[in-house]
Amino acid sequence: MSYGRAGTSEVRETRTGERRVTLTVNGERRVVEVEPRLLLAHLLREGLSLRGTHLGCDTTNCGACTVLLDGEPVKSCTMLAVQADGHEVTTVEGLGTPGELDPVQEGFSREHGLQCGFCTAGMMLTARALLDRVPDPSEEDVRWALSGNLCRCTGYQNIVKAVLWAADQERTS
Amino acid sequence: MTALDEIKIGGLGASRRRVEDARFVRGRGNYTDDIVLPGMLHMEILRSPLAHARITSIDTSRAWEIPGVRLVLTGEMMAQRNLAWMPTLSYDTQAVLATDKVRFQGQEVCVVVADDPYIAKDGCDAIVVEYEPLTPVVNPLQSRAADAPLIRDDKEGQVDNTCYRWEVGDRAATERAFAQADVVSRMQLHYPRSHPSPIECCGSIADFDPATQKLTVYMTTQAPHIIRAAVALVAELPEHMIRIVSPDIGGGFGNKVPVYPGYVASILASILLGRPVKWIEDRTGNLASTGFGRDMYLAAEMALRSDGRILAVRMHADTDQGAFFADAQPTKFKIGLLHSAFACYDIGTGHITAQGHYTNKAPGGVAYRCSFRVTEAMFFQERMMQAAAVDLGMDQAEFRRINLLRDDAFPARTPFGFLVDSGQYGKCLRLGLDAIGYEQFLVDQAEARTRGRRLGIGISTMTEPLGAGNSREYDILGIKMFDSAELRVHMTGKAILRVGAKSQGQGHETTWGQIVAHELGIPAADVIVEEGDTDTAPFGMGTYASRSTPVAGAAISMVARKVRAKARKLAAHLLECSEEDVEWELGRLYVRGAPHRGATIQECAMAAYSNMPDGMEPGLENVAYYDPPNLTWPFACYIATVEVDPETGVWDVLRFVAVDDCGVRINPMVVEGQIMGGLTEAYAMSSMQFQTYDAEGNMVGSNYMDYLLPTAWETPGFELHEVVTPCPHHPIGAKGVGECAAVGGPAAFVNAVHDALSDTGVRNIDMPLLPDRVWQALQDGRDVSGMPPVRSD
Repeated sequence: MSYGRAGTSEVRETRTGERRVTLTVNGERRVVEVEPRLLLAHLLREGLSLRGTHLGCDTTNCGACTVLLDGEPVKSCTMLAVQADGHEVTTVEGLGTPGELDPVQEGFSREHGLQCGFCTAGMMLTARALLDRVPDPSEEDVRWALSGNLCRCTGYQNIVKAVLWAADQERTS
Repeated sequence: MTALDEIKIGGLGASRRRVEDARFVRGRGNYTDDIVLPGMLHMEILRSPLAHARITSIDTSRAWEIPGVRLVLTGEMMAQRNLAWMPTLSYDTQAVLATDKVRFQGQEVCVVVADDPYIAKDGCDAIVVEYEPLTPVVNPLQSRAADAPLIRDDKEGQVDNTCYRWEVGDRAATERAFAQADVVSRMQLHYPRSHPSPIECCGSIADFDPATQKLTVYMTTQAPHIIRAAVALVAELPEHMIRIVSPDIGGGFGNKVPVYPGYVASILASILLGRPVKWIEDRTGNLASTGFGRDMYLAAEMALRSDGRILAVRMHADTDQGAFFADAQPTKFKIGLLHSAFACYDIGTGHITAQGHYTNKAPGGVAYRCSFRVTEAMFFQERMMQAAAVDLGMDQAEFRRINLLRDDAFPARTPFGFLVDSGQYGKCLRLGLDAIGYEQFLVDQAEARTRGRRLGIGISTMTEPLGAGNSREYDILGIKMFDSAELRVHMTGKAILRVGAKSQGQGHETTWGQIVAHELGIPAADVIVEEGDTDTAPFGMGTYASRSTPVAGAAISMVARKVRAKARKLAAHLLECSEEDVEWELGRLYVRGAPHRGATIQECAMAAYSNMPDGMEPGLENVAYYDPPNLTWPFACYIATVEVDPETGVWDVLRFVAVDDCGVRINPMVVEGQIMGGLTEAYAMSSMQFQTYDAEGNMVGSNYMDYLLPTAWETPGFELHEVVTPCPHHPIGAKGVGECAAVGGPAAFVNAVHDALSDTGVRNIDMPLLPDRVWQALQDGRDVSGMPPVRSD
C-alpha cells in the first residue's frame, strides 16, 4: 500500500523510496511513511481514515478537499503529503468537540447551508479560517473568501448566511 | 385533550432542521468513496484520446508486469463474456469497453485493477493502444451530411447517423391556423451541451462473494432498483442475489441515473477476482464520459393574431445525442417531455417534430435537473414568447398575461396531450411584477438608456410536468414509473420508514418523516427514514425528474393511511366501542361524542404487539405502491433585471425575483433551498456553464478549469415569493419543485440581456451569454450562434 502507514514511533525504518512525514492532525501528532507522490488528501482519507475530507475535481478548483494548514485553507488534492511535513493540519473532524459543534457547523445546519453535504467540509473550513482572521466579515468578505469553493446544490445564499450567523454568534458569546 | 400542534411535531409546513446535517457537518457522511471493505482492490479506466478511430491493437503486457496490478480488462475480454456492450435506458446499446472502434473522446477502452489507485493508474499508462483515426462528427449538421461517416456501424440496419424521429400534435390544424395568422414570429437557438457535474463524481464498489454467490454493489445511483434490474438482465445474475446499496450521494442532478461502463467493469472484475473492487471516477472522466444534458437545436414559428393571441406553434428540434442514445427517459417519448412546451399558455394548436443525431461526442442527454428535456422546452418557450412580443410591439408581461391559462380553464388539455390540472398563473405573474416593480423599472430603463446605460428586464413564466408516471404512459425499459413506501411502527410508537426513492441532497430523511407526522401524529423525530438499499427498500423507480414528492411522497401518505386504518381497529378494541364510532384527530383516536375517551397512536401501537383483539394479525406495518393519476404541474414566474456594459459585454444581475407555486410545501426551508440551488444552476447555464467540442472532437470543458461553474462571488442574490395552489390529485396537495428554478430560470436572465439590447436588432445570442458573445452582438448588431465547433482559445 502506498497510502501511508501510520507509525507507532519515530524510530521505525522507512521502506525504500518512502519518506517519513511528521505532522499534527487535529491536534494529534502523527508519524507516517508515504510514497513521495502521495497526495495529502489521500493520506488524510486513506492513511489516517479521516474521510470527512472529500475529493471533487483533482485540479484545485472545487475546494471540496480544503483543509487548514497552519490555519490557512489549502486544497489537499493538489498538495503532496510530504509537503505537510512539520505542519499542523485541521480537517472537518477537528472542528467542534464531540459534545458541541463549532459555530460554523451550527450555522450551516441552522441556515440550511448544505444539501448533499459533499462540499460542506471544505466550505466550513474556509469559513473557519475567515472568521479566525476577520471576526466581523461583511457579506462581500464572505463571498470572496468562499470563492474557491464550489457548491452545486444550495447555491451559496444560505451558505453565506450560515457564515454570517456563525460570526454573529462568536461575537456575541 | 388539547390537539397536537402539527408544527411542533415536525409535520406539514414545519421548517424542521435537517436530520442529515448532524452527520454531514461533522464530516461523518458515508459516501461511496468512504466505504472500505477488507481486501478491496482499485480500478482505473483507460480512455480514448481520440473522438473517432478504429482500434488496431491493444498491448496490455507491460501493465500486467507492474507489481500490484491484479487484472487488466479489454473490450475483447468483455466480449468473451458477452459484456462488451450493454443496453441504454433508451433502447440503444452502449460499449462498455471498446472493441471495434472508439466513438468519442474519453470513451472507456481498458480497465486496470490494482492494489491501490496509484498503481492502477500506472497500469493504464503502461497500456499501448494503436488507433487508425477516422473523421470525427461533432454536430448534427455534419452528422446528417450525405458523406458523413457512419458512426454506429456496429448496429445492424443502421444506414445513417439518425438515432430517432418523433412527432406530436396536429399538423393539419397547425397549417390552417398559420393561414389565419396576422403575424408569424420566428425563433431559432441552440441550447448548449451542459453537464450536471455534481461535486461527487460517480463510483462503485462491487463485492462479489464467491462463497454465497451474492453480488453487493455500493454505488452512486439515484435509482438503485433500476440498477438491480439492469444488472440482473445484463450480467444474467439472479435478481435475489444482487444487492444495490446507494449510500450518501454527493449530488446527482440526473448524472447518476444511467448505467455506466465503470459500474459494469467493476462488477465483472469483482466476479473474476473474488474480491471487492472500487472504482472512483475522476473529474475528467465524469465530465467527458457521463450523462450530459441539453445539446439541442430548436426552431419554431408562432402564428399570432394582431391582438396578441397565439393561434398555433410549429416547432422542430434536433438533438445531438453523442455516440450512444443513452437518455434516461420514458419509453414513449423519444425527446423526453419536450412537448410540454407552451403548456401554461392557450396556444390553440401545434405540431412538433424531432430528430436525434449520433455524433462523436459523449453519450447521454440525461434529464439534468429536469423532467426529461423540459428545460429545453421551457427555455425555448420563453425565448419565443419574448421574440413574439417584440414582433407584435407588445409589452412582454402583457403578452404573457393574455395568453396564460386562466384560473377557470383547469383541467386543460394541451395540444400535445398533457392534462394541466391546476394553477393561478395570473396571480403569480402579478406578484412577480409587483415585487420587481415592473412599471417603475420600465421608466428607469428608458431614462437610463438616454444616458447610454443598458438596463434590461427578462420574464420567464412556465408550468412543467413533474413526477412521472402515471404508469399508463410512463415507463423506463418497460418498468412502470410508480413508487413505494413501507412503514413499520414499533411497539413504543416509534417507526421506520423505507422508501423506493433515493435522496442525493434533497433531505428525504427530514421531509419524509414530516409526512408521517402529518398523517399519523407520530413526531417526525420518532421516524427513521431509510432509502437506497434494494435488500430492504420496497421497489421504487428512484429520484430524478422531481418525482420524489409527487410519487414516493404520495406513497408515504398512503401507507400511513393504511396504518391509521389498522390503528382505528385497535382503538375500537381499546376503547370498547365499534370501529364506526371511532373518530380521528392528529395523533389520537377517540369515541364519537365522548372526546375524552381516546387512545393515542402510540397506545394503539403498543396494543398491536401486546393487546390485540382475538383474531387480529399482530403488528402495525404496511406497504404502499403508488401510481399517480397525473403528473404534478407547479408554476413559476421568474423575473431578472440586468445591466449590460456595452464596452465589455459583461452583464450584472441587478435583482432576481422568483414566485414559485409548487403546491403545499412540506418543509418550506427545504423547498426554498431547492429553489435557490436551481436558480444558481440557471444563472450558471445562462452565464458561463457549457461544454463544447473543437473540430477534432476534443472536448472543451473536461475539467473545472475549462468548465466554468459560478462561485459565491458572482452568483446573484434571489428574492423568493410563494403562491400555493394544492395539487388536486396528490394526497397532501404537494407538487414537484426541485427543478423548476433550473428549468425556468435561464430564460429570465437571457431575456433580460436581450431586452437590454432591444434597440440593436439582436434577436438571439446563444447561451451561455459570455461577455465576448454579448460584445460581438453589440458590435455587429447581429445574432451570435453558439453552435460547435466554437473557438476554444
